[in-house]
Amino acid sequence: MAQAPIIAIHDLTHVYPDGRRALQGVHLTVGDSERVALVGPNGAGKSTLLLHLNGTLRASRAEQVCVGGAPLNDRTVKSARARVGLVFQDPDDQLFSPTVFEDVAFGPLHLGYDAAIIRERVAWALAAVGMGGYEERPPYRLSLGEKKRVAIATVLAMQPDVLVLDEPSAGLDPRARRNLIDLLATLPQTLLVATHDMRLVWALCPRTVILDQGRIVADGPTATLLRDQALMEQHGLEMPPEALSA
Amino acid sequence: MQQMLLDPYYPTASAVHELEPRLKLVCVLAYIVAATALPTAYWPGYIALAALAAVAIVGARMPLGLVLGRTAIALPFVGVVALSVPFTRGGAVLWSGSLLGLPLAITAEGQGLFLSILAKSWLSVLLVGVLVATTPMSRVLGALRALRVPAVLVTTIALMYRYLFVLVAEAGRLHVARESRSVGKGGSVGWRARVLGGMVGSLFIRSYERSERVYAAMLSRGFDGEVQSLDEQHWTARDTLLLAAWFALLLPIVLVGRIPV
Repeated sequence: MAQAPIIAIHDLTHVYPDGRRALQGVHLTVGDSERVALVGPNGAGKSTLLLHLNGTLRASRAEQVCVGGAPLNDRTVKSARARVGLVFQDPDDQLFSPTVFEDVAFGPLHLGYDAAIIRERVAWALAAVGMGGYEERPPYRLSLGEKKRVAIATVLAMQPDVLVLDEPSAGLDPRARRNLIDLLATLPQTLLVATHDMRLVWALCPRTVILDQGRIVADGPTATLLRDQALMEQHGLEMPPEALSA
Repeated sequence: MQQMLLDPYYPTASAVHELEPRLKLVCVLAYIVAATALPTAYWPGYIALAALAAVAIVGARMPLGLVLGRTAIALPFVGVVALSVPFTRGGAVLWSGSLLGLPLAITAEGQGLFLSILAKSWLSVLLVGVLVATTPMSRVLGALRALRVPAVLVTTIALMYRYLFVLVAEAGRLHVARESRSVGKGGSVGWRARVLGGMVGSLFIRSYERSERVYAAMLSRGFDGEVQSLDEQHWTARDTLLLAAWFALLLPIVLVGRIPV
């Protein structure tokens, strides 16, 4: 453990302009190649926390959020965005270009890579999510499952160290959801997944963090936390069927 | 399908589909300038331009019904704007009467101008229709960028077009939600206006919030205010030749109309 954790959050508090406290004294460290689930009821502060990880929202003091050991400030924000890939909940927010190719190329292009490398990256990222051959399609012609895959590809193309996903399985039919879980399981990146899908948590993430009313109320092995019925119910969560039978 | 209505691209193989997007864009712009430059009520000129449009439509292998249907959508807008023209021009009176005690008169000059405006706009819309039916939107945008249209403008058009689909889907959902609660029946006009106002407001707020999320997604992928793109364009000698031929057709039509007899 000599290496600095890839994500280190220290005493992070966030108050929205309307006075609502979204986060209160959050501590969280995520190590290399870990797969962490972030669960909690609606309005617990999950999305707010995720938006801090690549500097979309800023902490009041830079040391509160460190990516790869470096505090997130104006100077490091660009490299942090290259290291932490954020996949938004609604793929229509993420896919804003006229074609799938342009969307996936957007990240590498703005990181300043050469055209040849960008083309290579796009082909690789689309192949990784099983969407090769969709390059010239306009995003609005895709199904929700396809949009979610392309949204992940747009971030993979930047080859981040950490993949941060907000509700990746929301709104998907069972098969598309299963395919998505299988896809995420093949990725070598550190994963931080905010979700209500406890079966996804069970299948994908060995570690779970429970966030409620802006505070981290539990952080531990998924197999332990998700079997704790009292804890689950106290924070508006449900045990997955797998935890009941096991 | 609403999507089909919004996406004007008509996928088929044709000579016009194959043309370089920049060439098509410049040709259409030149055509619109020519149509605008023609004198009022110069019918032979309009017929000559219509013949060029017909060549483009046939070359694009578009069904005539589709072309007419699409371009007809634009006419009411022009018609409403131009409606006052026949009444406000001086000249030989064709018809006179009164509306709510106000005297009204249609003059021959006014009528000629009104019809000319309709004809010119319809011809322009026809050619734009051929352009967007034969060129995917992404290539039209690429052509705009390649022609040095400011990046901010091109991005604005691109985002507007992209989110039109999302907006229409959202408006559709709001409409269904309203219908299912009002049991398909409307109340008084006032009630309906209030509901519609609420829907428009809700759409505006949703779009505003979405724009913030889209911007966050752009920032997350390294956007720093500088729009970049990877367009590949292949302009050949044949394109130059075609462009010259198009101008050679347009120019005489305009010049003949402009020269006093």
